[in-house]
Formats: sequence, C-alpha cells, structure tokens
Amino acid sequence: MMDPQGADPLSQLLASRDWLLADGATGTNLFNQGLGAGDPPEFWNIERPSDIAALYRGAVEAGSDLFLTNTFGANAARLRLHGATARVAELNRAGAEIGREVATGAGRAVIVAGSMGPTGEIMAPMGTLTQAEAVEIFHEQAEALKEGGADVLWVETISAGEEFRAASEAARLAGMPWCGTMSFDTAGRTMMGLTSAELVALVDRLAHPPLAFGANCGVGASDLLRTVLGMTAHAPERPVIAKGNAGIPKYHDGHIHYDGTPALMADYAVLARDCGAHIIGGCCGTTPDHLRAMRAALEERARGPRPALEAITAALGAFSSASDGTGDDVPARRPRRRRS
Amino acid sequence: MSDEDEIILSDLPDDELVLQMHDDLYDGLKDEIEESVQILLARGWAPYRVLTEALVAGMTIVGKDFRDGILFVPEVLLAANAMKGGMFILKPLLAETGAPRQGKMVIGTVKGDIHDIGKNLVAMMMEGAGFEVVDLGINNPVENYLEALEREQPDILGMSALLTTTMPYMKVVIDTMVEKGLREDYIVLVGGAPLNEEFGRAIGADAYCRDAAVAVETAKDFIARKHNRLGAAAG
Repeated sequence: MMDPQGADPLSQLLASRDWLLADGATGTNLFNQGLGAGDPPEFWNIERPSDIAALYRGAVEAGSDLFLTNTFGANAARLRLHGATARVAELNRAGAEIGREVATGAGRAVIVAGSMGPTGEIMAPMGTLTQAEAVEIFHEQAEALKEGGADVLWVETISAGEEFRAASEAARLAGMPWCGTMSFDTAGRTMMGLTSAELVALVDRLAHPPLAFGANCGVGASDLLRTVLGMTAHAPERPVIAKGNAGIPKYHDGHIHYDGTPALMADYAVLARDCGAHIIGGCCGTTPDHLRAMRAALEERARGPRPALEAITAALGAFSSASDGTGDDVPARRPRRRRS
Repeated sequence: MSDEDEIILSDLPDDELVLQMHDDLYDGLKDEIEESVQILLARGWAPYRVLTEALVAGMTIVGKDFRDGILFVPEVLLAANAMKGGMFILKPLLAETGAPRQGKMVIGTVKGDIHDIGKNLVAMMMEGAGFEVVDLGINNPVENYLEALEREQPDILGMSALLTTTMPYMKVVIDTMVEKGLREDYIVLVGGAPLNEEFGRAIGADAYCRDAAVAVETAKDFIARKHNRLGAAAG
C-alpha cells in the first residue's frame, strides 16, 4: 500500500499503525496565547520561539503522532501583505527547526509536518496567478521547510485543483514526501467547486502523489466526515486524512471560541476512523484538551461499521447543505435554452 | 459549442434577446453580453432598463444558483466578468441619464487578511444589482474604513475576513465606529468563510451574509427598510 519511497518517517509510521492522531489548531491556539488580530502568526517563529515550541508540545503531550509547523501563511504571496516576502526561507526554516527539536524530545516517533497553506490568489485563467508562479511560490517554502528538518510537507486548506497540483510539483522539485488536504466549505465542495470524489481522481493523476490526502477545516465535524465518506467510497490507494474544526466559531468576551467540546471531538475522531480515515486530527478551535479526548477515544473504543450519514448527524449535528455534490441527488445547472 | 455561430443576436426580438442574455451571463460569455447591450441600446432601450432587465435579472439567476450550491466561484467569476463588460458600456450612460441607484457601499477585507475572492464577488454582485461600490481592497486597518466612510458617505459598510485570525478585527472596526458615534449612520454587513450569524450579531454587525447572493438580498432589504423609516419620519 505504501509508496516505494516508503523509507520516510511518516510512511514508516503509517505502515506500523492503523490510525494516527494529528494535531489541532495553530492560529486559534496562538490567539489564546495573545496573538493580535491581523498579525501574521509566522513572525512568532523568530520573535517568540518558546511560545511556538509550547504550541507544538501542547499537541505532542496530548498524544499527537504528528503536528504541523506554524508556517501556514509563510509563502511569498501571503507574506507580501506584511512586507515580508524576503523572509519566506527564514520563517519556514525556523518554524520547522523548532518542530524538529520538540519532536526529537518527544521520546516516541512524532512527525514534523511542514504546513503550507494556499497562496490566497486565484489561478489563471480565472485569476492572475500562473501555474509556474504558484509552483515557484510553493517550492521556495518547501525547500525551507526541508532545510529546517520537516519530515513531510503538509499542504492544507486548498480550494483549487490547480493549486493542489502546483504544490505537488513543488514537493517533487524539493524531493519531499507530502500530504495534501482541501477545505470543503461550500455546499460540501471546495470554494472552487471541487467534490470529494474529484479530489480522489485528482490525486491518482499526479506525477508526485501525496502519501496521504483528505479534508481539513471546512464547516463543521459532520460535513467533514461526509467528505471523508465521499473519498473512502472510492477505496483510494492512499490513506485518507480527516482534520475537522472543533465545531463552529463563537465570539465571547473578545475571544473566538469554537463550540465543539472535547467529548464531541472524541466522537468525531472515532467516527472518522469508522469512515475510513487513517490520519485523524482537528483544525480551528481544536485544543490539547480536545486532542487528549480524541486520543483516549481512539485507543479505548472499538472500531465500528462504516457509519451512515444519519449516524454522523445524530452524533455531531446537521450538515450545512443537503448535498455534497456527489451521488445522484446533485442539484443541476440551469438548462441552457439555445447554446449547448 | 459548434452551434454557437447559429445564433445571430441582432436577429432576436427584444424579449428573446433578454432571455439569451440571461443565458449568456450564466455561461460567462462576455463578448456576447457586450454585443447584446449595444443592440438593446441601439433599439432605443434606456440604459437603466438594460441594466435591470438584462444584466441584474441575469445575475440574480447566477446568484441564486451560487447560493444553492449549483454554481461555484469559477463560474460566478466568469459571469461577473461578462457583466462587467456590459456595465462598462452602461456606466457612463447611466451617469448621464441620472438613473436611480440602489445605494452605495464601501467594502474591504480587514487588516491582516489578503483574501479578496469573496469580497470581490460581493462587490461585483452588488454592482450587478445596481449599487455603487467603493472597494478598499485588502488589509484595511480601521483608519481606512473611517476615512472611506467620511469621504464616500455610503449607506453600507461591508467587511470581509477569511481567516479565524483576522475575523475579530471586524469588531475592532465596529467598536471604533461606536466610540466615534458613527455606528448608527451605516448599515454594517460582514461576511467570510469562518463567520456565522451568531458571530455577526456578537460583534455588533447588522447582518452576517453567507455569500455574495445573500449579501445583495440583505443589502436591498436594509436599504428598503431605511427608506421606509425615512419616509415614515418625513410623513
């Protein structure tokens, strides 16, 4: 089942275990540590490395087998906003180095996954970012994460198939294994309209396919598991990743708070495994408390049958849309009267 | 696409041409939209009628299917681009003829956020619905919003955030407006992927808009209520 390049640490860990616990939130957890609204979290890799180490350790000590570096927005397109395009290498290297140190001190196998978020731009022909530019942006980041000691690149929250492909090409150029997840946040599809089934097909066509792929962020835990079911229904060759938000964001006394409890996320984790996910974690709003409950549930509860959609909504709440664009009940485009 | 050439737009009677324009907007055919706008104008249609019956009505269909998860961002961008082509022809004519406008909106993505896909969609759909839109772009500190409100005197302030790390900044802007006694002068609409209705209420916005289509509906609704209120006060 594993890739021929299976010597990498994540492939080894995947081969030895039938589920892995990933980490939780980065941005929302840093918020709780005092990150200001609108400030780029990645600057803390240099300014407040001990806070970043504490963030990583929070996940590791809660039982995560894998954690993401604080480098989500550290690509040239996003750092341009903060006048920091020249700092791509520095911020990514530092984010990965801190991770390497925490992983080494963990006393068990823990994977450092170099987080790579979207460029935030729309790709050609719809937008202005060309494939070559996107590859270059991701490649620069990938090389720095590699240099800093990341075990694997972790491309996440992607909406466009073209951008996913560009990241794959960048990983190939950097000679790095990678994992990739998309955010299915619009009626069960990505913002750009991609369905779970289409991601499975896209992954199979890549020249440098990811070690594992799946979904992160999105709307709520229920939606995310419907997406995972949509992927595992195609019996993909590669392990599937589920990294859902801890509920829905609420605003309390100047703080963002996600309404999903640790108990809910524990149910989500076990259901995610029943849905066929191999790598299970949280996203926005997922704290170490959530991760501890998820770890305990994955260890203590037995595997169940592949859940029906009703079992998911009964445990985790309603879906945000009736359909997710797969299957037979897909809402159809308006018929065109003349041109075809 | 092979039978596309068979349609001669200028041969269509007005009612058919308008329906064809709705289809062409749906399909994002900019050249065809521009041609049709010129045809209707040449046939003596008032610019405002072309705007409302052909473009706005067409974009309303696009907006509904976007809201219902039938069309997605790529299709809507194409449709909005086609509409822009038509608007480019109509805009100077509308200004000349003093056509009524729906209202005015200042819109921008908050400080720290460079995502402008959703915000651009809202701006385009609002223009498509007949609003005048002043787009402040991305990464706006509170000062930018205040300056623009002062300068533009809009009816509506729209704010967008796509990150959980930037959404609280909307509250900073609203709190500053309250402090300066400006909050009640404007309709404040907020949007962005991580937001929800409760969040919008908690930070003191008038409404959270789930997507661009909802933003247009909500804006129209608030403007109508505002007019009713003003009308009642005058009466």
